[in-house]
Amino acid sequence: MNVLTDPENAIGSGSLHFKLNRRQKTLIITGLCSALLIGIILAAQLMSNAGIATNFSQQNLAPSWSHPFGTDWLGRDMFTRTIKGLAISIQIGLLASSVSVVIALVLGMCAATMGEKVDAIISWLVDLFMGVPHLVALVLIAVVLGGGAKGVIIGVALTHWPSLTRVIRAEVMQVRSSQYVLVSRHLGRSRWWIASRHILPHLLPQFFVGLILIFPHAILHEASITFLGFGLSPHLPAIGVILSESMGYLAAGMWWLAFFPGLSLLIIVRAFDVIGDNLRMLLDPHRAHE
Amino acid sequence: MNIKNNISNLQHSNLSEQSQYLSGTSRNDLLVVENLSVSFIQYQSGMKQRNLEVICDLNVNVRSGEVVAIVGSSGSGKSLLAHAILGILPSNAKVSGTMIYNGQALTGERQKAIRGSEISLIPQSVNYLDPLMKVGEQVQNTIKTKDAKVRQQQIFQRYQLSKAAGILYPFQLSGGMARRVLVATAVSGGAKLIIADEPTPGLHPEVVAETLSHLKELADQGCGVLMITHDIEAAMKIADRIAVFYAGTTVEVAPIEDFTNTGEALRHPYTKALWKALPENDFTPIPGFQPTPADLPSGCLFEPRCQLRTAACGAGKPEMAELRGGQVRCIHAT
Amino acid sequence: MNSAKYVLGKALRMISLLIALCLVSFILVKNSPIDPVQAYIGADMMRVSEEQRELIAENWGLDKPPIEQFFSWAGAIVQGDFGTSMIYREPVIEVIGQRFAASLALMGVAWVLSGIFGFLMGIIAGMNRGKLIDRAIKWYCLTLAATPTFWLGLILLIIFAVWLGWFPIGMGVPVGVLSEHVSISEKLYHLILPALTLSIVGVANIALHTRQKLLDVLESDYVLFARANGESGLGLVWQHGVRNIALPAVTLQFASFSELFGGSVLAEQVFSYPGLGQATVSAGLRGDVPLLLGIVLISAIFVFSGNLIGDIICSVVDPRIKEDRSSV
Repeated sequence: MNVLTDPENAIGSGSLHFKLNRRQKTLIITGLCSALLIGIILAAQLMSNAGIATNFSQQNLAPSWSHPFGTDWLGRDMFTRTIKGLAISIQIGLLASSVSVVIALVLGMCAATMGEKVDAIISWLVDLFMGVPHLVALVLIAVVLGGGAKGVIIGVALTHWPSLTRVIRAEVMQVRSSQYVLVSRHLGRSRWWIASRHILPHLLPQFFVGLILIFPHAILHEASITFLGFGLSPHLPAIGVILSESMGYLAAGMWWLAFFPGLSLLIIVRAFDVIGDNLRMLLDPHRAHE
Repeated sequence: MNIKNNISNLQHSNLSEQSQYLSGTSRNDLLVVENLSVSFIQYQSGMKQRNLEVICDLNVNVRSGEVVAIVGSSGSGKSLLAHAILGILPSNAKVSGTMIYNGQALTGERQKAIRGSEISLIPQSVNYLDPLMKVGEQVQNTIKTKDAKVRQQQIFQRYQLSKAAGILYPFQLSGGMARRVLVATAVSGGAKLIIADEPTPGLHPEVVAETLSHLKELADQGCGVLMITHDIEAAMKIADRIAVFYAGTTVEVAPIEDFTNTGEALRHPYTKALWKALPENDFTPIPGFQPTPADLPSGCLFEPRCQLRTAACGAGKPEMAELRGGQVRCIHAT
Repeated sequence: MNSAKYVLGKALRMISLLIALCLVSFILVKNSPIDPVQAYIGADMMRVSEEQRELIAENWGLDKPPIEQFFSWAGAIVQGDFGTSMIYREPVIEVIGQRFAASLALMGVAWVLSGIFGFLMGIIAGMNRGKLIDRAIKWYCLTLAATPTFWLGLILLIIFAVWLGWFPIGMGVPVGVLSEHVSISEKLYHLILPALTLSIVGVANIALHTRQKLLDVLESDYVLFARANGESGLGLVWQHGVRNIALPAVTLQFASFSELFGGSVLAEQVFSYPGLGQATVSAGLRGDVPLLLGIVLISAIFVFSGNLIGDIICSVVDPRIKEDRSSV
């Protein structure tokens, strides 16, 4: 009678096989994206500065095999400049977002554990920092600090913690009201004991996920603020500097000066997004149901 | 919407041929469910997955004018039976088995065509109403004819709902009112088969009595009512037959008269144990737990907890068999 | 009455935040390496004597202690006097007024377009979950979210101005024409590319949010019941989906003023559009402290107002919130 049972099972095991492939695919994609990022940083170290030296015999060349991203009006190889610029951006982005995540972790934990008053103050602070458009806040901080890498790092670090603080606060609240923490409290464990044994281990993955969530914003804002002229020094081959310089040569038809460096930045940011999504999926399969 | 209905190979060529193996069913059956299985793909840690059979080989039938209760413990997947009959399971669900409504196979297209009009659902709670739509409007939505507003007001009147109740939002309804609105919504399309999914969850006794009387009334008017509940006492007040649901399947279908005395007329050991566990009887709990869909026993589902178990019980799942005017899934039943 | 109280509470919070913002910005600027006198004099440095410089400083009250300076500055701001812009040699409030009007036109167009298209894309994606169109929209939005706004602007500039020649490359107002003499059509002409840039970038967030909300709604019990009652397809999405998604989407769109403003700074810079964003950059680069502080405050008021409007709309439209408060 039950003729349908067999094909059902066959479909079941078939999709089981497909699923395993998806897991492998996720790992492979994550690995590739990570390799790309590490590769860029290593390549930037290994590449000689000869490529970005002024070379008047190689001016204004369109992309070719020897210069895949073309050359600029000083004969500098745009590929080398882009790779070195990306490496700078990645490092600054990582540093600034790490500081931001630490601020978010500390404030988020304080808000969740130190009573209503502290919670209210921190929520007010979050509102304060969310109130000014990121870019305006970045300009203000960069101007006040006199520009340069320091201004960018501090600016990005100081403007990107608020939304993550809210997430971490909610997360800690949830852990705090969970059964095992309540048991610990009844057993007379100190606040510190509970925080270090129960809450911190939960937050470590949060740190990495938060880092990866903030990083794309950090790197984009770094490039934006540098593009506007408040960020990294014009002597560095930063992506923002390259694109800002390119504006003067676009009318002359030198599209490659803007196209490739910006596209490379886009790919890097997207790669980080993909790593972030996949990590979250691996850490928390229920939420990433799709 | 994008529901995948796998009941495509339902046999509907020859009805007389079907009644040969559709045991215990007759021509006046409004709904026949035979060997219904529902399974899901479940994600585990990392990204592994497995096939989880929540309902397997379930049999039940409902005739016009009777109330059939499906009784089983909470959270055992009974609601999915209602969703399977209506064809509104989530898209990752797989369905197999046979369903026949009014003599014809209940295919995906047919479900789509007749749900809300011929078959309707009374849901568990007001969460099943759109939170941002006035309840009167929601009832009108299910009435497909032009005089929807008039019909809605008539139905509201029939269930002692004032005109003003129609302009309330679901969250503004009291418990009793909410119940009446849910019943009103279900009957507004003029359904012949009504599936009540857990119609009395944690309600005030008066509201429970009122809701049950509404269901009984519908059956008296000629509807078939399938009541899915965890509350065996509520079921006994109005049901003509009770189907006992255990670990994803029906282990017994018994007429209501069999639930008397010490339950000696009952067929399945689980039904008997359930009967004895009631406060007004022995109040003796059944040892052990119901298995979860993830680790079902290979043989009879009740075998690990059964006092009558023998080696044969673990050998395979017993088929549903006719016995003394009811049906049972137990090799030892007499 | 209760709604009024709720809005009043929100407004009070906004004022407290603005006061704090004034204080923080003032402290920051006071401790910065910017010399306002030097910034004011600029290129005339050689021709201005030491005594004249001191006179200017005294005139601005720069010789007084910082606290006194703050209160006189804050007091003036309360009266609507933001001081005088050093680079434009005009009252800050007038500079901001003119420029903000231009930026508002730009941001308004982008806001409406990205809102409508983002919402539609989200609904299309959500209704076709897992299908090609859904994956395409998702991919497109995620990629847009990773795209530097100014780079997108540059690409549009290359395509439409350099290659197709539809727009002039220097996008500013024609040379030698006073801004009040520029015709409406010319203004619109200059608005197109920056508005397009902002609109393209703006759809990502709202589309992804709407898609997710629609998926949640479609998995809800009430949609299950609606389907049990025979509703399906577009009718179902229209009846229950749009009704339940529109409100959060509108709120989100009002909450996006911060990104919108940031985006307009970048787009205005790329297209030399004479708006507030461009003024922000000039003020920052040339150390025009009064203008920069004015812009910080105005942009914050802009963002806060967006959030406030979102909250008010929510509280007026959503029956649950209305009830919630009147029962308290």
